Order: sequence, then C-alpha cells, then structure tokens
Amino acid sequence: MTAVELADLQKRFGDGDTAVHALDGIDLEVGAGEFVSLIGPSGCGKSTLLRVVADLEQPTSGTVLVGGKTPHQARLDQDYGIAFQQAGLLEWRSVVENVELPLHVHGIDKAERRARAVELLELVGLGEFAGARPSELSGGMQQRVAIARALAPRPRLLLMDEPFGALDEMTRERMQAELLRIARETEAAVLFVTHSIPEAVVLSDRVVVMSPRPGRITEVVTGERPGADRHVDDVRESSAFFTAITAVREALRKGHP
Amino acid sequence: MTRAVPGAAGIDAGPRGSSGAWPPVVFGIGLLVLWELVVRVAGVPAFLLPAPSAIAEEIGTQFSVILSTAAITGGNALVGLVAGFVFGVALALLATWSRLVGELVTPVVLAASAVPIVALAPVFTTMFGSATEIPRRLVVTVVVTVPVFVASARGLRQVRPVHAELMTALAATPWQHARFVRLPGAVPHIMTGLRLAAPAAVIASIVAEYFGGPQNGLGSRITAAAANTAYARAWAFVAASIALGLLFHLAGLLVERLVTRGRTA
Repeated sequence: MTAVELADLQKRFGDGDTAVHALDGIDLEVGAGEFVSLIGPSGCGKSTLLRVVADLEQPTSGTVLVGGKTPHQARLDQDYGIAFQQAGLLEWRSVVENVELPLHVHGIDKAERRARAVELLELVGLGEFAGARPSELSGGMQQRVAIARALAPRPRLLLMDEPFGALDEMTRERMQAELLRIARETEAAVLFVTHSIPEAVVLSDRVVVMSPRPGRITEVVTGERPGADRHVDDVRESSAFFTAITAVREALRKGHP
Repeated sequence: MTRAVPGAAGIDAGPRGSSGAWPPVVFGIGLLVLWELVVRVAGVPAFLLPAPSAIAEEIGTQFSVILSTAAITGGNALVGLVAGFVFGVALALLATWSRLVGELVTPVVLAASAVPIVALAPVFTTMFGSATEIPRRLVVTVVVTVPVFVASARGLRQVRPVHAELMTALAATPWQHARFVRLPGAVPHIMTGLRLAAPAAVIASIVAEYFGGPQNGLGSRITAAAANTAYARAWAFVAASIALGLLFHLAGLLVERLVTRGRTA
C-alpha cells in the first residue's frame, strides 16, 4: 500500500489578483516504509504540501490519497502521526500523559494507553522521565516526546514539519540518528519537511527538491538513508553523502536562479 | 484600615524570609501605639475614633458574637463565590465555544460589572423577602461572576496555534478540544479571576447587609452598633470584617498557588 499518493495537486490561497499559487502540478508517491524529505527555499509550499496530506489544508484541485483514503478519513482514523517545529507539549500534563494524548482523545482505556506510552518513551530513550513535567525537559527531549506522541496510535505514516529546526546542531544530529532508528523499528513511512540539505540527505530514501512561486517539484535526488548495518556518522563522512549534497544543492539552484 | 495594612503587605509579598516579614509587623504595631497615644493625649471623642485598646476590649467581650456573625457573612460570601465562579467559567466556556453566544453574553456580563451593588441589594430583598439570605448571596454571585468571566474568557481564547493544530490533527471533537486544551490552558487565568473575586465576595456580602434582610451578619452588626453609639463595638466588627476579607484573599491566593504549581506559564 502506498503511504501517500499525490496527483496533479494544485493549491491556491485566495482568489483574483491577490491569489497565491502555493502548489502547482505536484505528483508524488511515498511508498510504505519510505523516508521522503521535502526541501526548498521559504515559500516553496513544502509545509503546505505536508498540511494538505494532514488534512489541515484543503487542496484546490488534484488527487490526494493517504494510505488509499482521503486525507479527511485518514485523519479521522488516525492513520498518520504528526510533529511540528514546536514540540507543542501540554505543560499541565506529565510527559507520559502527553504521549498518551492521541490515545486519550480516541477513548483508549487508561491501562492500555499508559502501557503504550511507557513503551514509546523507552523507544525515544526517555523512559525515566515519564513522570516529569515538559518544562523540566530540554528542547531536544521535548521534541522526542512529541515524536513519541505522534507514534502513539501506531501510524503507518509520520508527517514531520521541520521538527529539528529549533535545535542546536549537536542535538540535531543526535535526533537524526534517533529518528532513523525509530523509523526503522516502527517501519512507518516518513514525509519530512526540512531546510537543511545534509539533514535531508542523511535521513531520506529520496529528497524532493522544490522551487517557489508556484511551488513545483524540480528534481528528486536519491538520499543516503543508512540501513541497520551502517552508522549514520559513517554516512556523514562518506563521499556518496557529499555527492548527494552537491546534487541537492544544484537542484535547488536550478529551481531558483 | 490601618490594622490590616501590615499583615496584607507581608502576605502579598509572598514567600519571603522571616526577616522580610518583620518590618511591616513592627510598623503596624508602631501605628497602633501612635493611634492609642493620639487618642489618649489629645482626648479624641469615641464617636470620632475609639482607642485601639477599647476596640480590642470589645473584640474580647463580643468574640462569640463576632464568630457567629462572621460565619453568616462568610458563608454568604462563600456560597456566592462558588456560584459566581461556576457561573462565570460556564458562561466563558459558552462564549468561546459559540461566536453567537459570545456576542450575546459578553456585553451583558460587562454591563453587569457597571451595575452598582447598591442598586441590586434592595431590589433582590424585595424580590425574595427579607427573612432569607438569598438576596445577599445573589449580590455576591453577580459581583463574582464578572471578574471570573472576563479572566476565564481571556484564558480560553489564548490557545497556542500549535495546540489547536494538534487537536485538529488528532480529530478531536470541540468538547475534547475544550477539555484537553482550552480549559487546562486557561486555568492560570481562571485562578487569577478567582483570586480577584474572593475578597470582593466578602465586600459584597457585607455591603449587601446594609440594605435589609436578617440582622445576623457583620454588616448589620456594624450599622446596629454605630446606631447605638457603641463606637468601639462597631470598630470591633469592622476589624472582624477586615480579618474575614483577608482570610478570603489568602484562601484565594493559596488555591491559585496550589492549582498552578509547577507551571511555566
């Protein structure tokens, strides 16, 4: 089953002379378990594209299928998990209660959701912080809680909108390694919006390069996502990594002369 | 009023070291001594200003009456505070939930804040009769509803965009949105409303007694004592009113601290 299927997607904001043509003729497929990054300059519509998939924006025209369903149905069925640039934790809930939130909303009983949340906190390496308040955690830890929260309903698709954008470089690289491990263990497909070329290359099976006004896909570059047998730091020092970075950079320049 | 100032200042300043609490206490005692001296040396007549010692003596002899009347006035204030709090929060929830309700209710509640309690008390007494506490409790309810509504409505509207998006992505119902995000997020604002309303409830409860009803509370005792030229006794009940107001202020502060403990916002 294809995780995401977009065909001739168009998105305009407003109408008449003031209309903004945000997305134009987007064709994209994300396979099951595939990691796809969207990269491009500000205003290229990459976040809008993610939000259309999440049913937070409505497309103007074109086909959008999420796991074979309409985005609306996929949202109601909790088929995707989402993480934003801000962790957006509820500060009046403990860490474990924040991870439980999606299950709580969907009426899963307390024992079951607690067990699932504890399991997820172990997965993101925060098992010992279950009872802590979000304000007691660092930015990187908060973002890991947000990822655990997104994974709570066992989604087949993870939507991430610059989740590491607010983190420092060191934390960011550690989080990338964590995310690779989590994506491998959960076998979820990931659609990942980022500004960072190295981040896109090291995480992704494919890097989708976009150009602005109107937002179009200019090129799709093969990424260097490491398998279980390879450490991410080895990828970062490999020549294939630098070749891919150059390819993405050139694709970005082509789309934005 | 001078009697209340030292204590209030020390409390408002929050958790300080004992060294920080002492200067206002010393200042207050100094004021009382000065008051006593001025009254004795200058021979100020009792109707103008009784001596603190005379007031203290009245507090001693009237202590059981003070306790029972304070219980009546405090009880009315508490009932009205709880009713007004629940009513204010419920109205604010409705007002933020539905734009129509918000546009209908908000101006009415804000207009209610301009209604002088003096105007309401006699009318309520006529409506419900003078043998019941209901008019006074209603006055307190009206007085409390306004600040609680205003503070709650402000808090309920301040939902962080990321939280709103999250609830949409989670396909939460409007009620779940209110329960999981809006209400808990508004708690600090709601508690501020409660803290402001608590001492106002006592004031409303006392003032409402000046306009009829059973002669069993602090307010009616103050008027009765003053009418009987028992000035020191009137001041003794005034002192009890101040203490009751302080008690509500402190309780409101305590509840606010307890509920919002461990929050960053």
